Amino acid sequence: MTQTPEQSVRKVSVQCTLNGQPTEFLAAPYVSLLETLRETLGLTGTKEGCNDGNCGACTVNVDGRIVDSCLMLAAEAEGKTIETIEGVAPAGGLHPLQQAFLEEAALQCGICTPGFLVSAKALLEREPGADEQRIRLWLAGNLCRCTGYDKIIRAVEKARDQMK
Amino acid sequence: MAIVFLPMPIRRRIGGEPSLVVEGATLRQIINSLEELIPGIREELIDPELDDRVIRSISAIIDGEAADMGLRTTVGENSEVHFIPAIAGGAPLRVASEGGDRSQNRNEER
Amino acid sequence: MTTTEKPQEFKVVGTRPIRHDGIDKVLGRAIYGSDVRLAGMIYGAVLRSPYAHAKITKIDTSKAEAMPGVFAVMSGKDMPLVASGALDLGETVDDTAFTSDRVMAHDKVVFKGHPVAAVAAIDQNTGLEALKLIEVEYEVLKPVISLEDAMAPGAVVIHEGLIGDDLGEKVKNTNVAVHNRSEFGDPDAAFAKSATVLERTFIISRAHQGYIEPHASTAFWAPDGKITVWTTTQAPFGVRKTISALLNQPLSDIKVIPTEIGGGFGGKIPVYLEPLAAVLSKKAGRPVKITMDRRAVFEASGPGPGGTIKVKMGVDHKGKITAATADIRYGAGAYPGASINPATAGIFACYEVPNVRIDSYDVVINMSKTAAYRAPGTPQATFASETLVGELCEIIGMSPMDFHLLNVSREGTRRPDGPVFPRIGNEACLEAIQGSEHFKSALEPSTERKLRGRGMASGYWNGIGNKSSVTINVHEDGLVSLIEGNPDIGGTRTTIAMQAAEILGLPAEDVHPAVGDTDSIGYSDLTAGSRTTYATGTAAIEAANMVIDEMKKRVAMIWETEYENIEHVDGLFVSNVAPDHKFTFKEAAGKLGQTGGPVAMTGTVNVRGSGGGSFGTHLVDVEVDPDTGKVEILRYTAAQDAGKAVHPSYVEGQFQGGAVQGIGWALNEEYYTSDDGAMINATFLDYRMPTSLDVPMIETIIVEVANTNHPFGVRGIGETSIVPPAPAVANALADAIGVRLYQTPMNPGRILEALATKKTGK
Repeated sequence: MTQTPEQSVRKVSVQCTLNGQPTEFLAAPYVSLLETLRETLGLTGTKEGCNDGNCGACTVNVDGRIVDSCLMLAAEAEGKTIETIEGVAPAGGLHPLQQAFLEEAALQCGICTPGFLVSAKALLEREPGADEQRIRLWLAGNLCRCTGYDKIIRAVEKARDQMK
Repeated sequence: MAIVFLPMPIRRRIGGEPSLVVEGATLRQIINSLEELIPGIREELIDPELDDRVIRSISAIIDGEAADMGLRTTVGENSEVHFIPAIAGGAPLRVASEGGDRSQNRNEER
Repeated sequence: MTTTEKPQEFKVVGTRPIRHDGIDKVLGRAIYGSDVRLAGMIYGAVLRSPYAHAKITKIDTSKAEAMPGVFAVMSGKDMPLVASGALDLGETVDDTAFTSDRVMAHDKVVFKGHPVAAVAAIDQNTGLEALKLIEVEYEVLKPVISLEDAMAPGAVVIHEGLIGDDLGEKVKNTNVAVHNRSEFGDPDAAFAKSATVLERTFIISRAHQGYIEPHASTAFWAPDGKITVWTTTQAPFGVRKTISALLNQPLSDIKVIPTEIGGGFGGKIPVYLEPLAAVLSKKAGRPVKITMDRRAVFEASGPGPGGTIKVKMGVDHKGKITAATADIRYGAGAYPGASINPATAGIFACYEVPNVRIDSYDVVINMSKTAAYRAPGTPQATFASETLVGELCEIIGMSPMDFHLLNVSREGTRRPDGPVFPRIGNEACLEAIQGSEHFKSALEPSTERKLRGRGMASGYWNGIGNKSSVTINVHEDGLVSLIEGNPDIGGTRTTIAMQAAEILGLPAEDVHPAVGDTDSIGYSDLTAGSRTTYATGTAAIEAANMVIDEMKKRVAMIWETEYENIEHVDGLFVSNVAPDHKFTFKEAAGKLGQTGGPVAMTGTVNVRGSGGGSFGTHLVDVEVDPDTGKVEILRYTAAQDAGKAVHPSYVEGQFQGGAVQGIGWALNEEYYTSDDGAMINATFLDYRMPTSLDVPMIETIIVEVANTNHPFGVRGIGETSIVPPAPAVANALADAIGVRLYQTPMNPGRILEALATKKTGK
């Protein structure tokens, strides 16, 4: 039986909790979590900007920590609790951060927005009172080329104040 | 009567005058008037394949606005007409190969 | 906001509604280029040249073709033969043969990353494995990387067939594609009579637009010859035209569907992957998706050019400019087309210059062809001119603000490239900064370990008008859908909808905008040139006026009166002859079916100019650590003329985004290039763009000097904001450290060197 290079590699079976749901998938050992989310699981909200951990567009939340999913192997997701942008909003509504991003015009092209939302959500969960400098420090791993960050920071501050 | 500012290559050839005053109610008429003063200029400004507008590496600007109807664009009394290099960064219109165009070169290679 | 005349009364324009596409974008549901998924879709991968300049002596794809999982392989021989000719893309004119060669090399590679082959395979990883089986042999040639090398007599010539244009003279065997000149008066005579003359040479780094989304295109070539392309682009109609020209297919057989776009700034105007995906799709019989990886984006797409700019300026004893000259040389990359003409228009645009000469050179080098990068060519040129002005002011003991105001260009001033300015907001922006809290505040004095300085600069971008189409459909419940042809890179579908809503008397939410494809909307020129809110907005206003006009006819029919008796006032249709008759838009919309059928109108425009363009003035305070050379931006204010801000939040966003791009270019961004033409910092780690830690809040002042070319006074504003930052930072740095830098980026290493020079005097 002829096989493609990918088919000739035995896949790893992975079970994890993804956006609140028990999830399982097969992944080649060398495949990143980013690739699996987008290609296998159809969750294209997490974006690829660089594939080497420098832009943050692929940020996901793994067991409460924000991670560049391009730097994590899919196989490492075994047993983990993972949240992507698709899991940020409560059913039928918006997270205060998402609402604040809309009201404060904190997105222009929007490609970096999922990464920022996942990162900012993790920050506010950990430090509900974070000030501008703490917000900037926490978000320094998320690149935005369109906004110059001003309105993004203001949106996070707005959500922070609303969530208190 | 319109004041026409000439493209630099033509200015240099006719001795440096930046502008001329010519008659014309449309861009085509202006260029025809210029042809009477500077023979050959029409061929430089109009590509026969693009009979309705100036060559693509040049923008015709009338009173500060780009000509929108090609050579049909109207020119008023005392208008200023500028022929300036097109906003695009200077890609030459005709980039001809020594031995014909590139498609011929490709054939030869086979 | 600073307005300079009695404003029109607006109900929608000037408000801040939530953008219509916002929900999808914050939920992560919006479909960008690489999010496209089609049944049977397969994945392309591109093999790129490791050499900057080489002949391809052999290429053998047979092993790749035989690999399981590979559907198709292509190389240069699979691209149709195309002749040299003008490829008119609206804002730029490229050459068809050069473009074909650029997207897939033929017998020669001319930049590192130049595509030499491509495959389509069942999945991405199989495709990448297949690339390894393609055998290519190169005869490496000497790469030409620096401008000096490219322009030297006896230089290695990159394109043997290129005929250069030197002020109208044809030149063979050259890398200088174009030498232009713009001249008025006699600058040399004027310099001789000037009280002070200063000349400096500046080196500007090549810089990438840095959009976070890499290029991604999907194509399906159907058996009946129809080609459908889904691509992240600023120019769907330009993509259609280019594919038609490159693949020798009729325009009408090609449909381009723009996806959402993750940043462009001009870099997503050219075509890179679409033709390759189409050719592979034809061979494979499947839709093929190709995405660029980040390294390829840096190396093989089109950054803004770097170059050398020599500027000279003379003033009289009062500080009035007597003359100015410039010599602008840009590295266009491997094919001609660097933005030397806008640079010429912009370099001295902020001033009245009675005697001027600007020479500009478009020089081919063995790096990827440059593309438009926000106000193309102008940030580089203005870095030179405004930094020179900063130094000149120091020498003559005049404040930069006074100098700017004394020499300010205004309505009636002749631009250095010829045309005369109409009404513009140059002076208004200067005055806005002068009146700002930032300007009036004292800069904290320097300490030994924190050197502080303040600087300012002005900038200009003209912008274009061009062609747009907008269709408005009225639905029976009073909502309207609006279809336009401009990909939305910063909120324009909403600003266009708002302009229509203003005319229709509806709230912004009741107009549902969508970006159509090249079949579903009339021809529209690209999203670029600061034209979209301005020109496509004009088309939307026209369509809305046509809708109201038609609805007035219908209402007249219902009220059995003359059309001339119907007015549309404050969102209501009323009758002059029956005061109790009135319909809301919704009520009228509900009756259209019985008065002749649905109402749908298309407005088309070819807007002739931008109405003078947008000026901006920026002010910045910096703090320098003399031990590390690190620069902190303490405070930044950007004032810019928007004519009339349709959605102030998105206008502010354009000001802020451009300012931060300019700060990045000023302080960190450049292409580190090896001697053999490779970019050695081709990652976001080492191509250092600003992060949230690198900049403060960017204060904005929206100046409104109404544009006489737009019904509401709107000006295009998207590009100007990247023009002032680098010289403003350079001037602030000079103020802080007492030494001037004449090169971007002004990174810590160069600042420490400058400080050391100052100390030793060497």
